[in-house]
Amino acid sequence: MAAGEIALVDSDSATVAIRLSGDWQVRDGMPALAVLEDGMSSRSGVSKVEFDVTELGEWDSVLVTFALQVSDFCASHKLELDRGGLPEGAQRLLGLAETVPEKSDARSAEQKSSFLARVGTAAQNGWGEATGMLAFIGEMTMAVGRLLRGRARFRMVDLGLMLQHSGADALPIITLISLLVGSIFAFVGAVQLEQFGAAIYVADLVGIAMTREMGAMMTAIVMAGRTGAAFAAQLGSMKVNQEIDALETMGISPLDYLVLPRMIALCAMMPLLCLYADFVGILGGAAVGVGMLGIAPSAYAQQTIGAVTYTHLIGGICKASVYGVLVALSGCMRGMQSGSSASAVGDATTAAVVTSIVLVVCASGVFAVLFYALGI
Amino acid sequence: MRSVSEDSQPSVHLEIRDLTMAYGSFVLQRDLNFTINRGDVFIIMGGSGCGKSTLLRHLVGLKDPAKGDVFYSGESFTESEPERRREILRGVGVTYQSGGLWSSMTLAENVGVPLGEYTDLTPREVSEVAGFKLALVGLRGFEDFYPSEISGGMQKRAGLARAIALDPEVLFFDEPSAGLDPISSRLLDDLILELRDSLGATIVIVTHELASIFAIGNNSVFLDAKTRTMIAQGDPKYLRDHAEHDDVRRFLRRGEEA
Repeated sequence: MAAGEIALVDSDSATVAIRLSGDWQVRDGMPALAVLEDGMSSRSGVSKVEFDVTELGEWDSVLVTFALQVSDFCASHKLELDRGGLPEGAQRLLGLAETVPEKSDARSAEQKSSFLARVGTAAQNGWGEATGMLAFIGEMTMAVGRLLRGRARFRMVDLGLMLQHSGADALPIITLISLLVGSIFAFVGAVQLEQFGAAIYVADLVGIAMTREMGAMMTAIVMAGRTGAAFAAQLGSMKVNQEIDALETMGISPLDYLVLPRMIALCAMMPLLCLYADFVGILGGAAVGVGMLGIAPSAYAQQTIGAVTYTHLIGGICKASVYGVLVALSGCMRGMQSGSSASAVGDATTAAVVTSIVLVVCASGVFAVLFYALGI
Repeated sequence: MRSVSEDSQPSVHLEIRDLTMAYGSFVLQRDLNFTINRGDVFIIMGGSGCGKSTLLRHLVGLKDPAKGDVFYSGESFTESEPERRREILRGVGVTYQSGGLWSSMTLAENVGVPLGEYTDLTPREVSEVAGFKLALVGLRGFEDFYPSEISGGMQKRAGLARAIALDPEVLFFDEPSAGLDPISSRLLDDLILELRDSLGATIVIVTHELASIFAIGNNSVFLDAKTRTMIAQGDPKYLRDHAEHDDVRRFLRRGEEA
């Protein structure tokens, strides 16, 4: 049979019948109410609406939904509706849908808010965010205080596991990224420096850039995406699973037990990873310098050793240590602030990565000014 | 171990006074007043979303009341110093709706955490006691399994083993039989009664499983979602026929009119 259609038939002067024909099924879509609306506006003196289903084929929820629309239409136009003509099953479903009155306040939450209200809400959220961050930093400071006095308790096994996760397990990705960054620097530098016949200075460029800036920065970004996100996801799902509640009711501080091992592990591993990244980056630069520019390996090494001073190296490692604190702090903070649903954990993970990267880049800016002012 | 039969007079164990619970400005339940006697199996019941689980979170200090107080053996919990709270919580065991087992630890390690935290037992003794507690809930031989490797019902029982690790005076259950088949649910009820008798503990259960309520509850409070306060208190079997409020009688009769 054809898809559902409607037509209006005048039964008598005061009554209009809606003739339903064809199949009324979800897959065919629903005929528009417009026919009824147009038909009613062109008639006058009609007080009653009824259904004619003599040509109706198969039907499902579409028919009931349509009948509900007609019912609403009739109610708003003060028309009497006779549902007697509908199939019995459809009448029962209609009855079921109408037993519980519409909850009028259920939709209030979706009210459109004005621009000012949205600005206000955003400002309040921002303020809440800032105080939340300060509160977490405060609590962490106290936890570190307990740690220094030897009163913080966590399992050494956990610390070991975290050290492995945020240290050794990160080596492959750090190797890859640093090697590439080092060789990219070498390429970029080579193009310019070769014009002056000063290709050997590629070694200086790569060495100083890696140790001073890029080693720490790339390590921080990789660790933010890798370990910071993992921390947030782990802590967030522990929250969902009520594991954090269980710790609290046992009188064990989740900050000591869960957050401290993670913070310690990442803060301890970051400087080491940075040192490794510096070295691998310089190797990447050397591969380009020796392989493509034809610089003798010993000359390249000599040039690098001459260019890279301890100040550069230690400055970079200082930065890495600070970045480590920032990444660990954001990851753990977002995890602990996570809501208790699967999507909240996803949000927490995203927020952790965004927060870490923003903080790391800001800190990098501060360092740049600081190092400049100090003449380092 | 304490025993119920020793004190013939019921003595008040927990007292909830003028407790008002709120999320921000949204009041969930107001002016709750009731007492839980030592050795009771006390049921907190009510429809979905009325604040049963939130009440439990208040009783164990996971949330602070907007107003009012909770007293453990006459001592204010809300106003206690953190150190004192820790002391009180030592005598409290909680099992959670979703198990709440620490997923990075084996079952024995889970049960061992409170033991290691609060006792001077050697690691070897801790693992022996943990094994014993797991055996009590029927999980002998599962010591080295991780929570993800066992079924939901077993996770609930393991959570119970952890809750009774320190022989608590009060045991809280959040929806213990949710998601369990009828037989496991019945076995868990029996286990709860058995623990009450052998540990002499007071049991507080948040649930809306009628079968469990009548089988083990001897006192209860009914939280109403509409009026946002408690509308009945007493033995659930008595309330089924004699509660003042229609809603309570209907609830306890599964919707059939009294």
